[in-house]
Amino acid sequence: MLKIENLHVYYGGIHAVKGVSLSIPKGHIVTLIGANGAGKSSTVRTVAGLERGKGSILYKDKNILGRPTEEIVRNGIALSPEGRRILPHLSVEENLRLGAYIRNDKAGIAEDLEWVFSLFPRLKERAWQAGGTLSGGEQQMLAVGRAMMSRPELLMLDEPSLGLAPLLVKEIFSIITKIRSLGTTILLIEQNAFAALSIANYAYILETGSVVLEGSGQELLHNPQVKAAYLG
Amino acid sequence: MSLEMFTQHLFNALALGALYGLIAIGYTMVYGILRLINFAHGDIFMLGAYLVFFTTIAFMPAWVAALLLGLTLLAFYSTFVGFGKKPPMWFWIPMAFSICMTGFYAFVAPMDFTPPWVLAAAFAIVVTSAIGITVDRVAYRPLRNAPRISALISAIGVSFFIESAAVVVFSGLPRPVRQPDILVQPIIFSLESITGNAESLVRVTPLAIIVPIISVVLILGLLWVIYRTKPGLAMRAISKDIETTRLMGVSVNKVIALTFGLGSALAAAAGIMWSLRYPQIFPYMGMMPGLKAFIAAVFGGIGSVQGAMIGGLMLGFMEIFIVAFFPELSGYRDAFAFILLIIILLWKPTGLMGEKLKEKI
Ligand SMILES: Nc1ncnc2c1ncn2[C@@H]1O[C@H](COP(=O)(O)OP(=O)(O)O)[C@@H](O)[C@H]1O
Ligand SMILES: [Mg+2]
Repeated sequence: MLKIENLHVYYGGIHAVKGVSLSIPKGHIVTLIGANGAGKSSTVRTVAGLERGKGSILYKDKNILGRPTEEIVRNGIALSPEGRRILPHLSVEENLRLGAYIRNDKAGIAEDLEWVFSLFPRLKERAWQAGGTLSGGEQQMLAVGRAMMSRPELLMLDEPSLGLAPLLVKEIFSIITKIRSLGTTILLIEQNAFAALSIANYAYILETGSVVLEGSGQELLHNPQVKAAYLG
Repeated sequence: MSLEMFTQHLFNALALGALYGLIAIGYTMVYGILRLINFAHGDIFMLGAYLVFFTTIAFMPAWVAALLLGLTLLAFYSTFVGFGKKPPMWFWIPMAFSICMTGFYAFVAPMDFTPPWVLAAAFAIVVTSAIGITVDRVAYRPLRNAPRISALISAIGVSFFIESAAVVVFSGLPRPVRQPDILVQPIIFSLESITGNAESLVRVTPLAIIVPIISVVLILGLLWVIYRTKPGLAMRAISKDIETTRLMGVSVNKVIALTFGLGSALAAAAGIMWSLRYPQIFPYMGMMPGLKAFIAAVFGGIGSVQGAMIGGLMLGFMEIFIVAFFPELSGYRDAFAFILLIIILLWKPTGLMGEKLKEKI
């Protein structure tokens, strides 16, 4: 579904992504693992059109690199950004409706709103509360729900478990697998390598801008190098 | 002060305050979204007044009106739809019509554009709104990623440009505006039931009553757009986090253009009503009201639409009532706004309704 080939991203003189290639087949969860500063966010932000890059990003066999974000989103790619980025002054429901901005089917939006609320009952109780008043975990759920409101074919999640209590991490990951079972393809960025590898079909490990290791989730989970560096 | 005088001042203050409020909203909306002080806003206000003047008093050649309408359609279409796809019927039929009429009126049958008052006002508001959108497109949009000071300097440049162009095109001479009789024929009502005196009469022009009413209707309409429509939701989102809003598939530039369009339409409406109440127009007429409305926006808390309205009303009341109570201060009328600005900046820099300004990360 998505094929990144030889992607380079620069910030002024900083070479943040150095020729990364990944492939994300339809219906899979692919995870991108790496330490802070490895270039994970830069990679997905470039897919979403927020950063300029060199190389190619093929989505359904068309190069989308350099296209404006709004067009990429309309084509079915959604990014739940690092740090959640909930709009603090908008209510929970308004945040979700903003996620459905590109859609015009009122009935479908209402249906999906109910669906998100059924996935995350805690959001339903707080539908009219300002997004900024939610706890970290609730904000993360809102960020995932908001990204789903555009009915994406490819959902990219940038560190959804960052700063969450272990119980919530478990909940988020079980919801991510649920979303895959409904047919959405997922690119999952994580520092929590164990949880991510456990649910991923395929995984890439990124170090200082380059892919250093790749393999199926189970394979990497038992790889001694990975164990030493990321599963400590 | 007698009750009659007080009532009369009350009406004047309300009308003046509502006009400041209408202009202030344009400043506050643009600032809320782009953190940009749109110095050209006062000049947009002036253009609204001139457009009505040139269609109702000194008649505008019909070909100019046809051309302006065509350009307006072009500005709206290219901004909100774009030429990515082949334009639909509803675009090219009016467009072709406007081109034909421009040619027809210019070369075949020269005549003047003499619409009734209400149509002239609508014409002026629509054209001014397109000018506001064009200013954003030409002067601010190319600088969206530049340091904020660049856009600010560009805004000052646009302001000078519009004022100078107005001097060239309209001439710098002040022109008297003829007020329609029905708007200025005073209505007299009695306060006898309150004061018990048959001589307690209040004279109010219909204009002083209509101005606040129209302003309130326009502002309610604006609040409806902001709080009840999808583009309004996007506007509120952009004001906090442009990048995330973009990630939701919002065409940020279209929403910003809409903000400029709405703000300019309100400024044009204010300019028209202003020129009726203070019946004289000149190319620099937007400077002082613009500056004061900006102060009103700061006072109310820049970024807040409700704050702009409250700030405008406060300033209107202050100007009218300080002069009413202390007539000897009337020469300093224009200074009150600036004193207010200094006080608010010292005491509560975020304004009445303002939130803490956070530098964006
Ligand atoms: N906006 C930016 N400006 C300059 N450097 C940046 C910017 N964003 C990221 N970087 C740099 O690019 C590198 C990769 O960052 P990032 O993609 O955020 O990594 P990760 O998401 O894996 O932690 C880091 O060295 C970071 O400092
Ligand atoms: Mg990151």
